[in-house]
This record gives sequence, C-alpha cells and structure tokens, in this order.
Amino acid sequence: MKKIDIAVVDYGMGNLRSVSKAIEHVAPNKTVLVTSDSAAIGAAERVVFPGQGAMFECMRELDKRGLHHAVVNAAKTKPFLGICIGLQMLFDHSEEGDVNCLGLLQGNVIKFALEDTCDKDGQKLKVPHMGWNQVYQGGKPHAMWNGIANGERFYFVHSYYVSSTNPDYAVGFGEYPQRFTCAVGKENIFAVQFHPEKSAQAGLQLLSNFVNWKPEY
Amino acid sequence: MLAKRIIPCMDVTAGRVVKGVNFLALRDAGDPVEIAKRYDGQGADELTFLDITATSDDRDLILHIIEDVASQVFIPLTVGGGVREVEDVRRLLNAGADKVSINTTAIYNPQMVADAAARFGSQCIVVAIDAKKVEGQPFEWEVFTHGGRKPTGLDAVEWAKKMVALGAGELLVTSMDRDGTKIGFNNALNRAISDAVEVPLIASGGVGNLQHLVDGIKVGGADAVLAASIFHYGEYTVAQAKAYMQAHNIEVRL
Repeated sequence: MKKIDIAVVDYGMGNLRSVSKAIEHVAPNKTVLVTSDSAAIGAAERVVFPGQGAMFECMRELDKRGLHHAVVNAAKTKPFLGICIGLQMLFDHSEEGDVNCLGLLQGNVIKFALEDTCDKDGQKLKVPHMGWNQVYQGGKPHAMWNGIANGERFYFVHSYYVSSTNPDYAVGFGEYPQRFTCAVGKENIFAVQFHPEKSAQAGLQLLSNFVNWKPEY
Repeated sequence: MLAKRIIPCMDVTAGRVVKGVNFLALRDAGDPVEIAKRYDGQGADELTFLDITATSDDRDLILHIIEDVASQVFIPLTVGGGVREVEDVRRLLNAGADKVSINTTAIYNPQMVADAAARFGSQCIVVAIDAKKVEGQPFEWEVFTHGGRKPTGLDAVEWAKKMVALGAGELLVTSMDRDGTKIGFNNALNRAISDAVEVPLIASGGVGNLQHLVDGIKVGGADAVLAASIFHYGEYTVAQAKAYMQAHNIEVRL
C-alpha cells in the first residue's frame, strides 16, 4: 500500500472535503486520503476523525462500515485528531439519541439547556451554539496550541457538549455562557468541538500543528 | 463570548458573481473565488452564495464554484437557490458547502426540510423565509415566494416555528419590502421571529449603512447580519463594518 500520511475517516456522514482540503492546504507535500477502508486507517501515520450530523447515525454508520475497531485502534496508537462529533464519539455516552459511544475517554455528552438564558447584552442565547467563539487554553501546555493565541476565536456549530470529563484531559474551554470543555488531549489523542477546517488562519495553524505533532507518552 | 456574524452574500449565475440593478440588468462582478478570498481577507465570518441561475443546464456550475472556493477559503460557506430535493443538499455538501439554504421548496414540500435535517443534521439546514408586512390578515408578516410577488397565506412567525420544529438549524429572514431599499432591516419582524425560536437568525434585506447592521442585532435580535450591495459596491469593507459594530459594543471577531 502507498504511504498514507494522513487518513481522514469517512463513515458517510457529511462534508469531508473541507477537512481534507484544509489539511492539503497546510501540508501540500503530504498524502491525505479520505477513506472508509480499515486497512488504510491502520496504515496511515496520522488519523483525522471528523463528524457532523446526528450521533445515532454516526455511530450506526461507523459500525455498519466496520470501522469501529480501526478507529479505536488508531486512537490508541497514533496521532489522532477528533473534530466535532469526532470528539463527542470518543466519550462514554451521548444524550443525543441515548447512544453509547466509543468509551475511549471518560465523560458524557449532553445538550445545552439554555431556555431563557441571555448573554451580557440581554440577547437570548441560541442552540445550536453557532459561530466564532473564544477558546481558552487550559491544563498542561499542549503542542497542538503552538502559534495559537490563548482566547483565539474558532468556528463552532453544535447543540451538545462534553460534560463531566476527567479534568486531566481538558486542554481547552469555551463559554456559552457556562464554561465547557471544547478541547481534550490524552497522550496521542487531541480532539476539538470546534471546526479547525472552517476557522480561517487559527484553524489552519491547528491543522498544521497536527501534521507535525509528535505526541509525548 | 460568541461573536455576532457578518455574512456577505453573492448572487451567482453561470459561474460568475453578478450584481443586480433593480432585478433587471445583471452586471458581471467577477470571479467567485477571487471575491470570496477578498471577503475572507476582510474578516467575513461566513459567505453565502445564492444561485440565481435560470436555466437547469447551468445549474451544476455552482458545484464547481463551491469546490473551488472551499479549496481556498476556510470559513463556513452557505449555498442557496434552486435546492429542491434531498439529493441537491447532498451534492452541495459534498462539493464543500457547510450549510444549504432552502426557500421555496420548504413551502411546497416541508417534509423535504425534515428529511434533509434527519439525514445531514440540523446544523447544515438553513430555511430562508421571505416575508412582507401585510394588511387584512390576522397576522402582521406574510411569507412570500417568487421574489416577493406571490403570497402564501402563511404567517411568517408561525412558519418560522414550524420550520425549526421540522429541523431547520438556522433561519435566514429577508424582509421583501426592505430588500434593495437601503432603509435598514425590518427589525420588528426579525425580533418577533428571533424571540419565537431557539435557533440563530440571520437578518437580511435593506442594509444601507453600518448603523443598520448594529440595529439588526440590538433592535432586531439577529445573531448574524447578511448584506450584499454595501460590500459589493465597495461602500464599506467587512473590516469597517466590524470596527463600527465593535465601537457600538457588539462582540465581533476581529
């Protein structure tokens, strides 16, 4: 098999072109493959696990395509970047569709409950949490934040978020209006709730960091 | 804090961005990729492309445009115009669109909104509502189609609630009696809808100056403001608009 630098896991849920194009943009000399082939995921040096849509369908499609094992294996063995639902799926359970997820990270995914909650200007907070919000880096310094200012804005679009996770994993936080974990790092896993592929320069920097990342175990 | 968004909107036909003059003469305004890059460089938070292609032969051209733009501009892209079936949504998303805006089809076939949301997620389904103030109805604002010419008998606020219930993740509300007037958004309409639904609202139609953008958010309760002509004709840059909004205490991404 041809050398694959970065495999983007395709389980049939939505737009993967943006992710692969953004990675190709920051790493023009790397081979980026959008794939639903377990062997290719196994052979790749790095794996990106994106996702959008509904959790139930995401887990079902992952299983249907026989990718469950390949994704879990990649998350245990090589630089691994989860994006949006690809972050949520790493946890134990999601309230969305009452689905058990991959259980690689401890914590549950729950819905924003913001009825009659307003921001500081008295404007009603909407769900989905959609748009550009600040990401505050926390926990231990992480190589994936290199060249990214603390409080930089990234593009979010989600109605569910990770709750009750092990604080040791939490490396980035958003506020809506309560503080929530929006980036997690554990060994070779880094995962973000926002969309780096849609977050202009800051997002491209994060993807560039991933391409060059050497996780410390 | 979550920033309020500025979204430049581009009308596209036969592969080019065009500027309309009173819906009659269309003037070529340039290459979609170049214009998209320029707005991105000015700090646009998202981009919206409205496909106004009249002939079905040329309809696929929008897919190539989206592919080209999505390869070079890394901010969210919304595409609307001529979206009739779930398959149209799929093709636009695969081309690189992040959200698809559904307008007329939502009225004639509301189930299509539900089907598309169930399949691809509410986050990528925008329902566009064209509304106008009316007299002699039990409600204030009515939904119109065909560029504001054809009434539907639907109450815009109730319609918005129905679309959200079916799975719309965002609403693009255009005030047809303001569109092109440059007298500002219809903030009463936007406020009524924004207060009635849980999802974000994009205000559209009527922007003539930067204060209108501020009013759209503060008075109308919009989460994002969409404008075409003030940016196309170079009256203002997106950066100037953001500076103005920030000076009026609106959270923006700079």
